Amino acid sequence: MNILLTFAQAVTTAPGGSGIEPQKVFAVATYILAAACFILSLRWLSAPATARRGNIIGEIGMAAAIIGALLQHEIMGYQWIVIGLIIGAAAGIPLAVFMPMTAVPQRTAFSHACGALAAALVGAAHYSIAMSGNGHDITNTEMGILCVEVLLGSLTFTGSLMAFGKLQELLPQRPVTFKGQNYFNFLVLGAALACGVVLTINPHLTYLFPVLLALAAIFGVLLIIPIGGADMPTVIALLNSYAGLSASLMGFVLHNNLLIIAGALDGASGFVLSIIMCKAMNRSFTNVLFGAFGQLQASKGGVQEKKSVRSGTPEEAAQIMEAATSVIVIPGYGMAVAQAQHKVREMFDQLTKRGVDVKFAIHPVAGRMPGHMNVLLAEAEIPYDKLIEMDDINGEFPQCDVALVIGANDVVNPAARHDKSSPIFGMPILDADKAKTVMAIKRSMNPGFAGIENELYFADNCMMLFGDAKVVVGGIAKELAESGD
Amino acid sequence: MSATEIAFNLFVGHLYVFILAAFLGLSIITRVSPMLHTPLMSLTNAISAISVVAAIEIAGKQETRLATILGTIAVAMAFCNVVGGFMITDRMLKMFKKREPAAAKK
Repeated sequence: MNILLTFAQAVTTAPGGSGIEPQKVFAVATYILAAACFILSLRWLSAPATARRGNIIGEIGMAAAIIGALLQHEIMGYQWIVIGLIIGAAAGIPLAVFMPMTAVPQRTAFSHACGALAAALVGAAHYSIAMSGNGHDITNTEMGILCVEVLLGSLTFTGSLMAFGKLQELLPQRPVTFKGQNYFNFLVLGAALACGVVLTINPHLTYLFPVLLALAAIFGVLLIIPIGGADMPTVIALLNSYAGLSASLMGFVLHNNLLIIAGALDGASGFVLSIIMCKAMNRSFTNVLFGAFGQLQASKGGVQEKKSVRSGTPEEAAQIMEAATSVIVIPGYGMAVAQAQHKVREMFDQLTKRGVDVKFAIHPVAGRMPGHMNVLLAEAEIPYDKLIEMDDINGEFPQCDVALVIGANDVVNPAARHDKSSPIFGMPILDADKAKTVMAIKRSMNPGFAGIENELYFADNCMMLFGDAKVVVGGIAKELAESGD
Repeated sequence: MSATEIAFNLFVGHLYVFILAAFLGLSIITRVSPMLHTPLMSLTNAISAISVVAAIEIAGKQETRLATILGTIAVAMAFCNVVGGFMITDRMLKMFKKREPAAAKK
């Protein structure tokens, strides 16, 4: 180690004596390595075959950068660092290991909150150091970026906590709205921005800094409360983007290119995902964030339509599916809530044993976050080549014998195709109604989060299976098991 | 060069890096299979938790009391994402298998 240090010192010392201490060079080298690793990591995530490799190289890059940071010369003492690391690990490990897969959306929202808070706090700490004197100061450019960073970090922190609350059903899932809401929200944001501008011009008005943080935090809450549960996939993706962006801005302030790159990658990812989500719902960003969509239907909820639906039992469903050649299953949030994915696997096995071709149609916004259904079905060990995206499977519905809808609602509502007055008009849907027979598992006829009635249930070729998804699918699987052998 | 000029030049340099990284990110992310969007989110969360490095520096420098406290909390928050993010991504990725369902083998 000593030899290396001496060598490094020789290499980095200019004639005349002053140079860069080797720890700094080492740290920078690890940062560059980490940047390369992160890019490779996401590159390898493109397909399941290479994906795990991607995760590992990401870990390697992260470890290298952390070691580089820890060995730096400016560090006076390690006690606080170690305390932070221990608390972080104590929180992070149980969350990752013990959390059920159905809670992934909540956990994701929670981790956005952590990441955004970290960014905001680092920004605040940096400001505190800059204002403390001892030769430190901050230029206007840096202050401007710092203000944007802590504003974004603060609002993403509270916004993500709100999202977590809604997903965990601690907060009402219905949009919370009040008159003049959008104007009020923008007023709050405007006030926060004004603080930022003033601080940029004169960074020494230290009392304004906590005001900026507080206003941003309030705005974060206000931004998320009017958004309904069904729109959560877009919101989570957007918050992912913001958290990444604040980390990136931190890199601007601290002059650390690794942070800029990592934050930009995260921000780009969230951005791409939220665009995909919006396209899949056929709504624009502004509509999702400021449209208070669900509110439209709340008033209609009380009217009971007297149309009839055909309802059946799991036994009947099993008989119909046994006789089928091809079945397409459409999973939705209801399956996640009921934790029915393992029963679905049993049913899948039974049907496959009988030579029935079973596929799963995954709509981009099924569930509460992008890819939610895939993860649940993969957890149930359903082979991933059976999980097919909407665009690829829609053409197969007319030839398929049975379309089984499990806890999915808006994504199979034919009203989206032709009913211009419907809030979901124009949204791409799965063509479940084109199958020869449709069976829909639902707890009751209550309208879903969008508050709209689903035409599909009243169609002639549709049979409702009322009950908890786990119970119904379990019943079907049991029937299939008993009848065949 | 004045401090402001230096800061401006640095800012421009960072902006170039950001733009390049953002474009690179866009092109890489759009190639990720939609099936893996959930692990993608957890992995990108873990990656952006590289801010732990900045937090370590602040908590280690111990320049002001406030900064040290904030820095420590930031280390905890960021490291929670580092550890949790990579672990849960691994947990999810392990589940994606192409093998035949066990029942068909019997």
